[in-house]
Amino acid sequence: MAERSFREEVRKLRLGAGEEFRGEGILAVTKALLQAGVSYVSGYQGAPISHLVDVLGDASEVLAELGVRFESSANEAAAAAALAASVNYPLRGAATFKATVGTNVASDALANLASSGVKGGALIIVGEDYGEGSSIMQERSHAFAMKSQIWLLDPRPNLPSIVHAVEMGFELSEASNTPVMLELRIRACHVYGSFVAKDNVRPDFTRRDALERPNRDVNRIVLPPASYLHEREKIEQRWPAAVRFIEQNKLNEFFDGDASDIGIVMQGGMYNTVLRALEILGLADVFGESRIPLYVLNVTYPLIDAEFVRFCAGKKSILIVEEGQPEFIEQAVNTILRRADIQTRIEGKGMLPRAGEYTGAVVKDGVRKFLERYRADLLAPVEASAATRAEQVAKTQGSIAGQVQGRPPSFCTGCPERPIFAAMKLVERELGPHHVSCDIGCHLFSILPPFNIGNTTMGYGLGAAGASALDHPTAGKRAISIVGDGGFWHNGLASSVGNAVFNKSDNVMIVVDNGYSAATGGQDLLSSAADNPARSTKNSIENAVRGVGVNWVRAITNTYDVGRMRDTLKEALTTPQKGPKVIIAESECMLNKQRRVRPLIGKMIQDGKRVVRDRFGVDPETCTGDHSCIRLSGCPSLTIAPNPDPLRREPITKVINSCVGCGLCGEVAHAAVLCPSFYKASIINNPHGWDRFKARVRDAVIGWLQRRIERRAVAAA
Amino acid sequence: MNDATIKVRPISIAVLAIGGEGGGVLADWIAVLAEHSGYRAQATSVPGVAQRTGATIYYLELFPIAAAKAAGRDPVLALMPVPGDVDIVIASELMEAARAVERGLVTPDRTTLIASTHRVFAMNERTALADGRADETKLIEACGAAARRMIAFDMEAMAEATGSVVSAVLFGALAGSGVLPLQRPAFEMAIRRSGVGVSGSLAAFAAGFEAARDGAAKPKPTPVPAPDPIPSALDTLLREFDVSADAMTLVRAGVLRLVDYQDLAYARTYLERLRPIRQIDAARGRDDRLLAETARQLALAMSYEDTIRVAALKIRPERFVRVREEVKLGDGQILEIAEYLHPRTEEIADTLPAGIGRWLLRTGWARRVVDRFTRSGRTVKTTSIGGFLLLYLVAALQPLRRRSLRFAAEQASIDAWLDTVSKTAARNYELALGVAKMRGLIKGYGDTHAGGRAKYDAMAECLPRLIDRAGAAERLALLHKAALADESGETLRRAMQDL
Repeated sequence: MAERSFREEVRKLRLGAGEEFRGEGILAVTKALLQAGVSYVSGYQGAPISHLVDVLGDASEVLAELGVRFESSANEAAAAAALAASVNYPLRGAATFKATVGTNVASDALANLASSGVKGGALIIVGEDYGEGSSIMQERSHAFAMKSQIWLLDPRPNLPSIVHAVEMGFELSEASNTPVMLELRIRACHVYGSFVAKDNVRPDFTRRDALERPNRDVNRIVLPPASYLHEREKIEQRWPAAVRFIEQNKLNEFFDGDASDIGIVMQGGMYNTVLRALEILGLADVFGESRIPLYVLNVTYPLIDAEFVRFCAGKKSILIVEEGQPEFIEQAVNTILRRADIQTRIEGKGMLPRAGEYTGAVVKDGVRKFLERYRADLLAPVEASAATRAEQVAKTQGSIAGQVQGRPPSFCTGCPERPIFAAMKLVERELGPHHVSCDIGCHLFSILPPFNIGNTTMGYGLGAAGASALDHPTAGKRAISIVGDGGFWHNGLASSVGNAVFNKSDNVMIVVDNGYSAATGGQDLLSSAADNPARSTKNSIENAVRGVGVNWVRAITNTYDVGRMRDTLKEALTTPQKGPKVIIAESECMLNKQRRVRPLIGKMIQDGKRVVRDRFGVDPETCTGDHSCIRLSGCPSLTIAPNPDPLRREPITKVINSCVGCGLCGEVAHAAVLCPSFYKASIINNPHGWDRFKARVRDAVIGWLQRRIERRAVAAA
Repeated sequence: MNDATIKVRPISIAVLAIGGEGGGVLADWIAVLAEHSGYRAQATSVPGVAQRTGATIYYLELFPIAAAKAAGRDPVLALMPVPGDVDIVIASELMEAARAVERGLVTPDRTTLIASTHRVFAMNERTALADGRADETKLIEACGAAARRMIAFDMEAMAEATGSVVSAVLFGALAGSGVLPLQRPAFEMAIRRSGVGVSGSLAAFAAGFEAARDGAAKPKPTPVPAPDPIPSALDTLLREFDVSADAMTLVRAGVLRLVDYQDLAYARTYLERLRPIRQIDAARGRDDRLLAETARQLALAMSYEDTIRVAALKIRPERFVRVREEVKLGDGQILEIAEYLHPRTEEIADTLPAGIGRWLLRTGWARRVVDRFTRSGRTVKTTSIGGFLLLYLVAALQPLRRRSLRFAAEQASIDAWLDTVSKTAARNYELALGVAKMRGLIKGYGDTHAGGRAKYDAMAECLPRLIDRAGAAERLALLHKAALADESGETLRRAMQDL
């Protein structure tokens, strides 16, 4: 992690028994791993679990003391594969990534791991990026758990429960020789709370012991006949063992209530939302005291038949609050009760939406609907005042319909990726539109205004692969694909570049190299320019690309040079040379660059050193309020303001002081022949004597000429 | 169910902010404030990739530890706001406040809305070809109507004045509103505990606190500088225009613009060109909408932006002063200004005397020579003697403008337009108004200007088809709207086919 320090978080990892830990959920998990005596942790960054990777990346000292190895993995498959260390040895290990995209990439290793079974506890921590704020396809990790028979924990979203789940997860894994997946939703990862810490544990059996006394068991290798054995083992031994452990240790929770003829079953992660819904409906207090019996599944796979049978006894109906689809739990419970011949009605997706996040409002409405059907007597009548209030609110909302515009994420101020798409826009004007296959990363913002560039995104590092079929010998155009440096090293070198070379692709590929895994928080990569004592950086993308056989490669080391960017792209699209054309567009991520240089510059200015700061501006007199400059940029610091000209109505373009002087505005004005309104203001701090002398002379001359201009103006009037 | 504690409910606070603008800092301050004031604080958010300038929401719940102790149990706090169940909504910008209203988070029975009224314009507002801004008054009205109590003022301006960020002012406004049962020192301690930019944040906090407690100080209306006097030589001519104050402001502004742009004679031409329009209005009695719009458009058309004009504007002393203010130049700092100019052969020919200009555009070899020098843009350092002199000399060509190629062309097109306006007015006044407005499509430089001109010509062509049809004015307005829908003019083309 180059430009951010997590010293404060690392300090929290050192808390001892009895001390209070305060912080985010995902950091609590990190601490819990050390308390559980892990030997190794592997992970690939991505919201909402980046923090775990970032903090451990900065925690080398603590990790060394405990003998823990931390792998900042190349991708999720590599992270999951690392868990192989727990197959033969009593080593506790954890892998973490974003779900479901990470689980997709990891599933090859996960399936093999689950088949082999584990001796040491293996925990997979997935940040379920679902619902508001999510940046990926809306799917469930649940399916992955079921298909490979990996147990799935979904604890209540408070720190003590989450920490408990980590401890129990390792024990469950060891008790059933099965890897365990811990699912945490976005808000649970970011929830700020507290728990009472325990001492960190240094494992007795170490990775060193394993390396020096290797242990081989052919029955743990996924190859016939063992693979058949594994399947039978899963059903005959591991599953029953897991069920026993979950029941005996009461991992799932039951809460009694006086309305005993109904009940609500929920994923642990849904608990707080359900409780608030009940509290608003007057059926629970703020301390979780509910009138309706609750069954909280902190383990959502496997389900415990006996517990369901017990919970449903004497109930005419239960409501299952299960976020996401398909409704695996609801389906399974139907089977369980049918087999046990229990007549309790099972409600779920019939009362709650089949798709979409289960927000407070959604759950409240679902629970109300359920109660209206089965226990209307419990519901307080809706007062008239509430109804009129609802009307009033609706009326106000109507009054601004269409006025409130979406504000999706976009490129940061001064982002070096913006000029790449500005250049693509200019090429589009000359050569017409092209098919553009996008990838994963900040550059995917190109699909939104103002650029509106991009047709598909098929996954991380798959930009060029996503364009591979659109390659035609006699077509007048070539497809363009985008891959970021993150995606390039994650999977792109093989799946996009190698694939294009081998299949003699004739398409164009732009590698956006901003020096970081920027969208996930600015982590270092193989090609990062920064020195990182713990990692190997500065490995050239160009060498890698040439190494797998690309001959047409152009490296542009200043993406802000829009003219050059445009011409290079045009050349790539028109050159007669066969084979893939790769343009490597390198400029440092501005967010991280500012984190790095701001403090330095501030210090230099304080120390009286000469520092020149550039920023851009627009002359209101010459700006005609057409905003084509914004349509080619969209930079947050390039905005609009009321027109000071009494004769004009359109707002003028304005550059606000957040401008970092990246230079794009000027370059675009030049390349697109826009207008003469842009100026660059260079502010010289602590000028030298020579600067001051020059300034004095020119001010004298210019001042004299300007006085002449004014005299003439007066004469004219 | 424990009736002693059922009444105690958590205080719910939603913070709506724009990624990277300090919403997280504010949420942290509130959490720290609460934890040191006898509350249990739970804060959560869904930042993820929305941190990249997108709309983000932070949600907090505060619960009195005493109540938890009394009950002997921990409260179960929610991780997301439930519409109708939010006590305080804090919005760092006006449209985010309106978004909270749209999401139903602000309700008249309980929500205190604390919002900054400044605008951070959304992408579509910024990229519009003309004016795509949302209606601020509508947004503010809706916020006021939705909230039980609203504290709203321009906190961004206040933050800038105190050299801090909007989140500190919002935090101050939260304290000043008195909606939380906590005292000012506790808030300030929370800022101190964070340890970064403390002094600046405290100043901004104080400003926000007082504004919220005493009601925001009305921003003093910036004194409008008295308009420069109209050259006496034009008095008699100007006296013919006994029109409404609004129309008169535009006429006067036009006159001054053109004296400044060329000379007295040019301004006289302006008034003479307006005379027939004035007579059309006069004939209809107290209606001078056509004059007002034509006066505005004519002044802009006659003061078209050519290289001479641009050079003149760039080298003015007022401009140097304005730039210094805009970049907040401090003592001991030196400012250098570089212009990004890209005059092409066309613009150069435009500035030359008509004959030479035409020759240049016609003569292949000459054009190629000039093309070579104008292929890429130039940056001219106006604050260097050389750069300033260059622009000074171009500006000095002003007297020759009347003989330039562009001048002839512009005057012809202006007269054609005015002619259309008058002729149309004779048959359909409202349509004529639309024709007058239409001239506004022609603006800007290079391709932008050419594109606008093309759209104008296309619309002018279909005027004859329009003029005698019912709702002609409305139809033209629709075409105008279509013309502003995209750069390519595609929408306009389709709209004209549907005509």
